[in-house]
Amino acid sequence: MQQVTEIRWHARGGQGAVTAAKMVAEVALSQDKYFQAFPEYGPERSGAPIVAFTRLSDEPIQIYSAIEHPDYVLVLDPTLLDVVDVTAGTSDGAVVIVNSEGACSELAGRPEMAGRNVYTVPATKIALETIKRAIPNTPLIGALAKVSGLFSLEGILEEVQTSLSKKFNENVVNANLEAVRRGYEEVSDE
Amino acid sequence: MARKAITGNGAIALALKQVEPDVMAAYPITPQTEIAQNYAQFVADGAVKTEYIPVESEHSAMSAAIGSCAAGARTITATSSQGFALMWEMLFIAASLRLPLTMPVITRALSGPINIHCDHSDSMGGRDCGWIQLYGEDGQEGYDNAIQAFRIAEHMDVRLPVMTMIDGFIISGAIGPVETLPDAEVKKFVGDYTALNPLLNVENPVTIGAFDSLGGWYFEHKVAQNRAMENAMKVIEEVGAEYGKLSGRAYSHFKTHQIEDAEIVLVAIGSAAGNVKTMVDTLRAEGKKVGMLKVRTFRPFPYEQIRAALSGAKVIGVMDRSDSYGAQGGPLFTEISAAMFGGDTRPKMFNFIYGLGGRDIFPDDIRGAVETLEQAAAGEQVSQTRHYLNVREG
Repeated sequence: MQQVTEIRWHARGGQGAVTAAKMVAEVALSQDKYFQAFPEYGPERSGAPIVAFTRLSDEPIQIYSAIEHPDYVLVLDPTLLDVVDVTAGTSDGAVVIVNSEGACSELAGRPEMAGRNVYTVPATKIALETIKRAIPNTPLIGALAKVSGLFSLEGILEEVQTSLSKKFNENVVNANLEAVRRGYEEVSDE
Repeated sequence: MARKAITGNGAIALALKQVEPDVMAAYPITPQTEIAQNYAQFVADGAVKTEYIPVESEHSAMSAAIGSCAAGARTITATSSQGFALMWEMLFIAASLRLPLTMPVITRALSGPINIHCDHSDSMGGRDCGWIQLYGEDGQEGYDNAIQAFRIAEHMDVRLPVMTMIDGFIISGAIGPVETLPDAEVKKFVGDYTALNPLLNVENPVTIGAFDSLGGWYFEHKVAQNRAMENAMKVIEEVGAEYGKLSGRAYSHFKTHQIEDAEIVLVAIGSAAGNVKTMVDTLRAEGKKVGMLKVRTFRPFPYEQIRAALSGAKVIGVMDRSDSYGAQGGPLFTEISAAMFGGDTRPKMFNFIYGLGGRDIFPDDIRGAVETLEQAAAGEQVSQTRHYLNVREG
């Protein structure tokens, strides 16, 4: 049967989850993988909880329903943990990566995280120090690469470079590259 | 050939850009889609020479498109949902004037309750307006159909408008891989536009859309429209085959998957066909003789070919993303049932209505539908013909 990796992104409107889901799709494209990236459609409002999805496979993907049982859950905003059931539909062993400066063990102790592989990465802190804006998406992509091994750090850096260079100046591009790199290095399960 | 990560909307807008028609008339506000927005950007950037006419409603969009096309220009528009409904009156006029317009439709629900999400109420409601209808599963098919639409519409044996559908949001807003052709190849495939009896030809003055009274030719005109639809049946296949040579992706009226020895066949249209195909593969791995037929051409409806393709099935489940209130089933169901009635063997027919207003259709819903069909195949009594998938009842 076809192997499809399924990723669910939880964020608030404006944190760049949809852009991140797109970026992962672009990385997959550059590596000749098949992919899908789509938001949970609805009126989008800045600050409101949103969900986005990514599917990755070595073969064409022909299923278009929402992801029910994600292999990876990425939480761009830790305040969502008390608002949204981010582990809904996940099985034991699913990976949850949370943007948080807190200790991973604290989060892993939450009842809904039982049996899940929990990681944290201080993505907002990294974003503020690199791109100078509280948009945690690029560090999360770096963290996903490290934890999942789905694609190489070099592959992502190349993609971020290509896609951002079309729109932004060198400083912005470099800051984002640094944000990805630090996300990759600073993600932790401790 | 380039592979892109692009939304369904983006893929179709790109196809239109590569064709570069003379005129696009479109209503620029919701329920319009990003196709019109992207195209307006191409015009503003000077990437195309198309004249863009933003109008005050979809009724006006179709009216302007009709005027432009009658004047002699290759003309397009795009719409969705309530916009499609507002075009209603003019859709019939475009077809009866035999104007080769093309229009991507992002299929979405009709109010009420107010709902912006995917179903086929809009385009299926317009199935008898005289337009050719092609449905695509994903962004790739949306792109490919948008290009082929010009060749089909403009063929001298056809000269009918063509609408090409993809599912709202599920495909239109999702990013997927799309293989695109070089601009020059698309332009060459589509060819130059030849207007037939254009209004803007002082050498040959014509009247278009004149009054036709009781002693007139209205009836004969309608028969001619239907003959053109019959001609389109062949032209759609020819164009699909030629496009296959160019792109490696040949198109016909429908596609089958695992139906050769299938006892149970699910018939689907739009993105759900992918979900069904994936479930068919799962069920085949479990040893079940299940297959799928995906409909691309809905008007003209390829009833003879579909009847032949489905003749070996014991039980057929037809999946409709729109309902037909008070009818025996959804639009696809009634077409397939009518097609099968003309055959020597009559499979048992069931209808599964799903996905109205964007309600998701999960693998388990499709599995459930197949279980119902298995009961029928085993000779058990199945009480209803029409079933609703993933609906809250009770």
